[in-house]
Amino acid sequence: MSKAKKVTLTINGKDVTATEGMTLVEAAKEVGISIPTLCYHEKLAPYGACRICTVEISRGGRTRLVTACVYPVEEGLAVKTDTPEVKKIRKTILELMLASAPTSKTIKEMAREYGVSKARFQAEKTNCILCGLCVRYCHEVKGANAIGFVGRGIKRRVVFIPEIATTVCASCRECFSLCPTAKLSSETDGVYFDGLTLDNYLDVR
Amino acid sequence: MAQLKSSSDLVKVRKQVLSRRAKKRRISVNASGTCGLAYSSDKVCQALAAEIEKQGLSDKVELTATGCLGFCENSPIVIIFPEEIAYFQVKPSDVAEIVSETLVNNRVVDRLLYKDAKGKKIVNAGDVPFYKNQSRIVFGNNRLIDPREIDDYIALGGYSALAKALGEMSPEDVMDEVKKSNVRGRGGGGFPAGAKWETSRNAPGKIKYVIVNADEGDPGAYMDRAVLEGNPHSVLEGLVIGAYAVGSHEGYIYVRQEYPLAVDNLTTAIEQAREYGLLGKNILGSKFNFDVTIHCGAGAFVSGESSALMTAIEGKVGEPRPKYIRTAVSGVRERPSVLNNVETWANIPLIIERGAKWFTKIGTEKSKGTKIFSLVGKVNNTGLVEVPMGTTLRTIIFDIGGGIREGKRFKAVQTGGPSGGVIPESMLDLPVDFDELTKAGSMMGSGGMIVMDEDNCMVDVARYFLDFLADESCGKCVPCREGIRQMLFVLNRICEGKGKKGDIDLLEELSDVLSDASLCALGQTAANPVLSTIRYFRDEYEAHINEKRCSAGVCKDLLSYYILPDKCQACQICLRECPVDAISGGKNLVHVIDQKKCTKCGTCIEVCPARFSAVVKISGEPVPKAPPQGTEVIRSKAAK
Repeated sequence: MSKAKKVTLTINGKDVTATEGMTLVEAAKEVGISIPTLCYHEKLAPYGACRICTVEISRGGRTRLVTACVYPVEEGLAVKTDTPEVKKIRKTILELMLASAPTSKTIKEMAREYGVSKARFQAEKTNCILCGLCVRYCHEVKGANAIGFVGRGIKRRVVFIPEIATTVCASCRECFSLCPTAKLSSETDGVYFDGLTLDNYLDVR
Repeated sequence: MAQLKSSSDLVKVRKQVLSRRAKKRRISVNASGTCGLAYSSDKVCQALAAEIEKQGLSDKVELTATGCLGFCENSPIVIIFPEEIAYFQVKPSDVAEIVSETLVNNRVVDRLLYKDAKGKKIVNAGDVPFYKNQSRIVFGNNRLIDPREIDDYIALGGYSALAKALGEMSPEDVMDEVKKSNVRGRGGGGFPAGAKWETSRNAPGKIKYVIVNADEGDPGAYMDRAVLEGNPHSVLEGLVIGAYAVGSHEGYIYVRQEYPLAVDNLTTAIEQAREYGLLGKNILGSKFNFDVTIHCGAGAFVSGESSALMTAIEGKVGEPRPKYIRTAVSGVRERPSVLNNVETWANIPLIIERGAKWFTKIGTEKSKGTKIFSLVGKVNNTGLVEVPMGTTLRTIIFDIGGGIREGKRFKAVQTGGPSGGVIPESMLDLPVDFDELTKAGSMMGSGGMIVMDEDNCMVDVARYFLDFLADESCGKCVPCREGIRQMLFVLNRICEGKGKKGDIDLLEELSDVLSDASLCALGQTAANPVLSTIRYFRDEYEAHINEKRCSAGVCKDLLSYYILPDKCQACQICLRECPVDAISGGKNLVHVIDQKKCTKCGTCIEVCPARFSAVVKISGEPVPKAPPQGTEVIRSKAAK
């Protein structure tokens, strides 16, 4: 295999040399610039769902907003990770997430960082921001597919698939620590398993 | 059916079909389209077949069951050629008369003719105002085609554009012609088709795909269904030509499962095209190979989005994925994939056959050709309308659509479905093309046009579309899913009379995040119905929030029904019909609505005889005090 091509770009004015095929999040990390992420995980394929890593890019006089976890590095690209517009978008996204997961430590901390002082939106508490880390980890890394999405639009949610979960989850539970809202560990309380906790569902089996 | 080995074979078949039919009179019924079938056109068609047989005309008359003829609400439609005598709302019982009068005696059956607004009867289909102001270049052939008969399409010159492309043009020539025509995607975005093709052609990779997007899902829009059901070969021919230009040998047609007749007619069309060798190996002896697979969608609106559609074709859940690398470069199975809408593909044979020069003469500077619109809502003539780009909204709604129903006042027209917006009365002279609609805060979309009158509440309209999107978003990305959820909360509370100061600003702020940060076009455009209604009907939002008033009388929570004591004639109809017994009164006694019991279903206002018109809607002001119990009615002249 030929050696991967190098690409040069700037991030917040800093010159960066990256390998072709890298995403902006990865390229920024290499030079010590951190872009906030929630649905991103280095072991998983880029997903681009939480949109918290939104950054501003410009090239050839054209400026636009993209998500850094999926956007590939390009020669001559100028990336800005912290413009007022970017910050405003992140702030609103975090406020939206807080409405679904008001007790999540991770979300609360990030929200505070972006200046969210109090909840502005009507709560629809599900304690899940549907980042899909659990679903994708179970699929891509474990190959188990014991947890998945159901529903569409505002009715989308995550569920364990009982037939599979009962056979594989007890010995794994690796997704618990990935969950940014700690929903999986704290709330497997009958939402999925007809009045049984995950533990005693597994015991029943 | 013999395989056609060259373009001269195709010409031969056409000549055979034409000579076989030369001495026959043609009679068409729209019995192969969903809208026609809904009006039992099939029964009319069967009756015609039987009657033609009975009167011994089988050798002299050719009966064609066509797809949609556009003027859907006047179905079943019968057109008799060559005079193009058009009969509307035909019943099976009319058939014997049509056959003996028109087919045998060459006399027109007066009572089945179209009557214009002034009551004048019109004989010729082309003179009916609905048709007269259209240019039906894509859609017009429907009336001469039984979609299950490939020969009908060939008789009209079908597949000769393909023969020309394969026989006389290089793939580059074809692409140049399409680029020169500047035909833009009819599915929504209006991206130039030629540029998309070129990107795919130049993209690395041996295997490339061409795909028809028939996942039409905008509320009230059904143009693509009508083309697929009525003239499937026009789409297939366009697709094969596109494949040749791009260098693709495999294609897909992604069609919604909710269009069973389209799937049926398309399946038959594909089988017949294969039998003629117009699909498959060595098409028309050109050594070019291409075939196509139908992929039925599972009912998700979002699957009409290009990356979601391609994910669905791969057998996965139809969810959009980031498109920073275009699908024309990396689409289905990460291979270059050209996706165009049904109507775009159906334009391609015309462009190749008649040339880009001809095509660019139609339309506006930047939007060429015609566009089919689905004209629905509070307009007199509902149906499918094909007009040159740049035709004004006024022409479409008033000249073709015949104006607003029941003499009411036009308020707005919603174009572009849930991604589009509303356009107010002051902009009726707007020439309709891709760019003008976008400038007006709406969009072309796939061509839905919902006409609204004074009885439509614009806040409620915005709420309707967001409610649709709340279900139809895939729910993957936060701005779209949570943004729509919160905007819907706000709109619901405005409609319920609980709107707060600052709600309009909040809607605008959320709209910005949706359009800037959403993953796909569904989320990026989801706020358009809200933004455009705020832009043109801000006063309605303010009235809902500040005065708790819904001037259109739609939002139930802001509404009361009241019986005018001086108009009530104590006929007791409303009293009897009220489903919750909220109306009291009696013989000779003024009826009174108990506001606490009333569920605002509107039955009373509907049943109150028009000559009394005693029930009124009240919004934004207190309900007048009811007259004391036992108040006698004041007899009006109308009651006597």
